[in-house]
Amino acid sequence: MITSTGPSQLIEVRDLCKTYDDKMVIDHLSFTVQPGVVTGFLGPNGAGKSTTMRLIVGLDRPTSGEATIGGVHYADLPRPLRAVGALLDAGATHKGRSAYDHLLYLSQTQGIARRRVDEVLDLVGLHDVAHQRAGSFSLGMGQRLGLAAALIGDPRVLILDEPVNGLDPDGIMWIRNLVIHLAGEGRTVLVSSHLMSEMAATATDLIVIGRGRLIASCTTDEFIERSSKRSVLVKSPDSVALTDLIAAAGGHVDTDAEGDLIVRLLDAAHIGALASKAGLELHELTPQLASLEDAFMEQTHTSTEFGGRDANGDRPTVAAATSPGADA
Amino acid sequence: MTATVNLAPESDTRLARTGLDIGGLIRSEWTKIRSLRSSVAALVLLVVLTVGFTALFVALTVHQWDTVDSVQKLTYQLDPTRLILGAGFQLSQLAVCVLGVLVISNEYSSGTIRASLLAVPRRTPMLIAKAAVFAVLVFVVGEVAAFASFVVGAPILHSKVQVSIGDHGVLQAIVGAGLYGAVLGVFSIAIGAIVRHTAGAITGVIAFVLVLAPLTQLIPGSIGDHIHAYLPTSAGQLMVNARQGPKDLLTPWQGFGVMCLWTAALMLVANYLLRRRDA
Repeated sequence: MITSTGPSQLIEVRDLCKTYDDKMVIDHLSFTVQPGVVTGFLGPNGAGKSTTMRLIVGLDRPTSGEATIGGVHYADLPRPLRAVGALLDAGATHKGRSAYDHLLYLSQTQGIARRRVDEVLDLVGLHDVAHQRAGSFSLGMGQRLGLAAALIGDPRVLILDEPVNGLDPDGIMWIRNLVIHLAGEGRTVLVSSHLMSEMAATATDLIVIGRGRLIASCTTDEFIERSSKRSVLVKSPDSVALTDLIAAAGGHVDTDAEGDLIVRLLDAAHIGALASKAGLELHELTPQLASLEDAFMEQTHTSTEFGGRDANGDRPTVAAATSPGADA
Repeated sequence: MTATVNLAPESDTRLARTGLDIGGLIRSEWTKIRSLRSSVAALVLLVVLTVGFTALFVALTVHQWDTVDSVQKLTYQLDPTRLILGAGFQLSQLAVCVLGVLVISNEYSSGTIRASLLAVPRRTPMLIAKAAVFAVLVFVVGEVAAFASFVVGAPILHSKVQVSIGDHGVLQAIVGAGLYGAVLGVFSIAIGAIVRHTAGAITGVIAFVLVLAPLTQLIPGSIGDHIHAYLPTSAGQLMVNARQGPKDLLTPWQGFGVMCLWTAALMLVANYLLRRRDA
């Protein structure tokens, strides 16, 4: 469907490993990020999302394996900011320097015209404070400046680490729309977050990691679909009789606060057929998709169990997986 | 989606294009330095203080002339330029050390280094551009300070020793002051890039400049003299003298060469570490 994209925009991570002080932070990670859609990079805090992004753009050196963009190592891009824009941490600005000068010096390294600095300042809404010292900026303004720096070279690939951090609700909406718009233009957009809801709102594809390992690489819909926690909400005046029928057919029934039935292990069509055969009245029969958060919790939990069983049984478990969004 | 503009071929040519825009890197490093009020202020202050101290020190020497011992008087008469330029110079070289460390260590403490290295992922060109820009800047500012010091200091000294800019070696000493400052600046950048923390790097540079030299002079006999002569700053400072003193083991240009070798060696180490380490 999207014809504007080529192999030069694929982010490919192959068997990537990174060890800090003998601690394996990234553990044989492989995935591919496609252009044209927003790809969410999801994982609990400490899962290795930022490290992976730093390895992709060559700030850190992999212990083994490699990451390429369009088949090329980041360091081999002749004018990297024109090919790849990265927002890695909002604090990457000297407090005494103005937003304008920060963007100017970056643009000068890439042979980018000065007017582009004004353009991106307008785009992120920092035009009025462009000549103020960056030290006077709020966290949200710093994040906008980081985004302006990522966009300075009009890159075809964007790598954004927790871009909504520190933003107010307006800013969050603005970022969501921006990343969706950028992906819609055929760009490759990789956005990390530890917030499931954020990914549910923006990401078409997902890469989920926990403790430096790949848990899932699929579409967001598939990821939710994969969760076994799918259920069907059933409202019926004959709920007692229906409960027995469902249980007999192998379903698992819970009753919610309003007396409605939450059925697992049977799908809506099956339940509808049972009710119809028995002549029971149904008022509502609604499949309930697990939230991305449920799916995430479940699948990262699984990975923790696998982790406990393999050769490195002495590793700490993913404590953060049980409290996603704790520092949101 | 049908309206999407096809940009992929352009991206391909970008990837294929090689070669670096060194002019752009130079402009970029200049923007970094001039956009920090503190570094601009420090350089202005450097000139003012250097000239001020020169005037003060030379005036005090003239005032105390009758109490100066004859050996000291003889060295002043042999090389009055050393007296004039040496006074403010001791102060200004410390400012160059601190500023040189800061232009790189600042990037680490503020996190700007990550933005800088994303723009120049090969890293070495950034270090070279930074060193080049700072060296030229310090040379220009150093020349302004050295000329001004001589112009202010020579008339004050005139009643005791006559010296003019056309005298043998004087111009070389004035140019030497700027050259010494420039190389000292690069020397400090190298140590800043190796140590990466401002306080530690400044301590390291100051140790080289102020501590090591007097320490080696405590070593008895000619071993101490030789070590002292080949230390980076004591060798480099010979450039600020109009002529080789009776106790100097090296000529001014030889001394300058020794200092350049030290600096080149440290830059190689700095570059190796910059390319190897995680940013």
